[in-house]
Amino acid sequence: MRDVVPVLLLVASLSLSGCRPIPATGEDQPAGQVITIQNKGSDTMVNLALAWAERYEVVNPQVRVAVTGGGSGTGLAALINNTVDLANASRQIKTEELETARQNGVEPQEFIVARDAIAIVVHPSNPVDHLTLQQLSDIYSGKITNWREVGGEDRPIVLLSRETNSGTHVYFLEEVVRLGEKDNKTLFSPDTLLMPSSEGISTEVRQNPNAIGYDGLGYVTADQKTIAVGVDPAGPFWQPSAETVNAGVYPIARDLYMYTAGEPSEAVRAYLDWILSSEAQQIVQTLGFVPLVETGK
Amino acid sequence: MKRIATLTSWHEVVIERAIQTAGLSAIALVVLIFLFLIRESVPAFQQVSLTTLFATRWYPIESYFGVLPLILGSLMVTLGAAVVALPLGLATAIFIGEIAPRWGRELLKPFVEVLAGIPSVVLGFFGMIVIAPLIRATLNIPTGLTALTGALLLAWMALPTIVSVAEDALDAVPQTYRDAGLALGLTRWQVIWKIVLPAARTGILTALMLGVGRAIGETMTVMMVTGNAARMPLSLQSFFMPVRTMTATIAAEMGEVAQGSAHYHVLFTVGLTLFLITFIVNLTAALVVFRQVKRAERVLS
Repeated sequence: MRDVVPVLLLVASLSLSGCRPIPATGEDQPAGQVITIQNKGSDTMVNLALAWAERYEVVNPQVRVAVTGGGSGTGLAALINNTVDLANASRQIKTEELETARQNGVEPQEFIVARDAIAIVVHPSNPVDHLTLQQLSDIYSGKITNWREVGGEDRPIVLLSRETNSGTHVYFLEEVVRLGEKDNKTLFSPDTLLMPSSEGISTEVRQNPNAIGYDGLGYVTADQKTIAVGVDPAGPFWQPSAETVNAGVYPIARDLYMYTAGEPSEAVRAYLDWILSSEAQQIVQTLGFVPLVETGK
Repeated sequence: MKRIATLTSWHEVVIERAIQTAGLSAIALVVLIFLFLIRESVPAFQQVSLTTLFATRWYPIESYFGVLPLILGSLMVTLGAAVVALPLGLATAIFIGEIAPRWGRELLKPFVEVLAGIPSVVLGFFGMIVIAPLIRATLNIPTGLTALTGALLLAWMALPTIVSVAEDALDAVPQTYRDAGLALGLTRWQVIWKIVLPAARTGILTALMLGVGRAIGETMTVMMVTGNAARMPLSLQSFFMPVRTMTATIAAEMGEVAQGSAHYHVLFTVGLTLFLITFIVNLTAALVVFRQVKRAERVLS
């Protein structure tokens, strides 16, 4: 074993030397060359951002958009450290992040690029088809632990959530678990399973009849059942869809953002303008998110 | 003639120094990592009170920094993996080393070593899709993402290390020992149990420790199959419930955390704890090996 260590160190040092931070590009490029826009952030938005990037290469071959995920916070942190041009976030920038950015001499600019609804998903065999926000809050804070209590079968409820670094997690905590009340300090039950990815949630929901999960509407596949959500126990309840979100009736919907560090460069500005065009918003619709144009924003 | 001699010695000096530097840098790096961990975790004790740190609730985005569920979670999964992997690994090593015919041995050993090459994320994916649903259905428990699932997969990952190192240790026992035993009329089993195993004891212990070391530090598989719920695993029943380990916590949260925040420093404290636990495991192993070598020397002299 002793003689293996130096070799390992050598390998480690070689692989580490390849990990320099990628400098932000997109500015100061001589004409005629391909400009690359670095785009990073929200995992909820990663498929959308990729679809936009692919389409935009056809629209404007001069510009290449490199998309990576990692989470809203990761994207904003990269923006603050000036390693990306555009950060995707499924939540608004936090005050602390804004302060850190200003300390770094960066003034983030906010752009709303699409809308999203959080769908509550269960196993297709689950007879429960509607829940109120209050019931969801009680389920996720551990007050309701059996499906029987909300009109289902006599089964324990297995709570699935995204990790705490996900924008979807924070949004769900504030709007559902705490019912949007500022001084409400309710927490997720300690029994909540924190899944590192959307895939983790859908895999478990698909095969476990006890499970309840939540995720962006864009990630819900046909083999999961969505729950209609309402505010009043007497109804009405709404299924998550582009129509109910656009109509402003589905209770768990939010805006999706892109942030730039200071005033966007010309290439980034053009990209953001294109994103608001009906062509790009059409892509939003096909991916299961909710386009901006129809909401009149 | 003389020139060649000086040339050789010059080469030798360079090579000798290079090897020396490499060896010393390994130690230096460990010390530096340790110092870095301490430097980054000390502010945690200033920013977060000890009562918060040794509480039972982990929810860092609301400043709940209780690390107890994470430490217990890691220990639970690791112990579970050890309990499964140790007897199985040792039995496999004995079979490959002592019982299997030559051709069987030459076939089995490379296969076991191939097991070690399976990336942990692939194993995690397999666990998530196949093992977890199986465990949920057979044991009739709420979810298959449990400490048990993590322990089983970690045992699987630790097996190749344990088998390979233990088998090498058995192999190093001189053939004359076995011949002597057989000549005295011992059965094959008695030779294995009373002669070969005791003689290879230190090597087997090293194998076990390396296996456990692999298990406690494993991240990806554990993160994918244990459910990551930071609950206190207090009863034996918790083995069939989700747990959150220290490694999964660091991996899931470190990428996101604001540098210099209390959460950042607490994560380093968790890392330091992990480092200390592996250090203690290795130190214990080294001490035991050391003591046995000394005793063996006394017997021989």
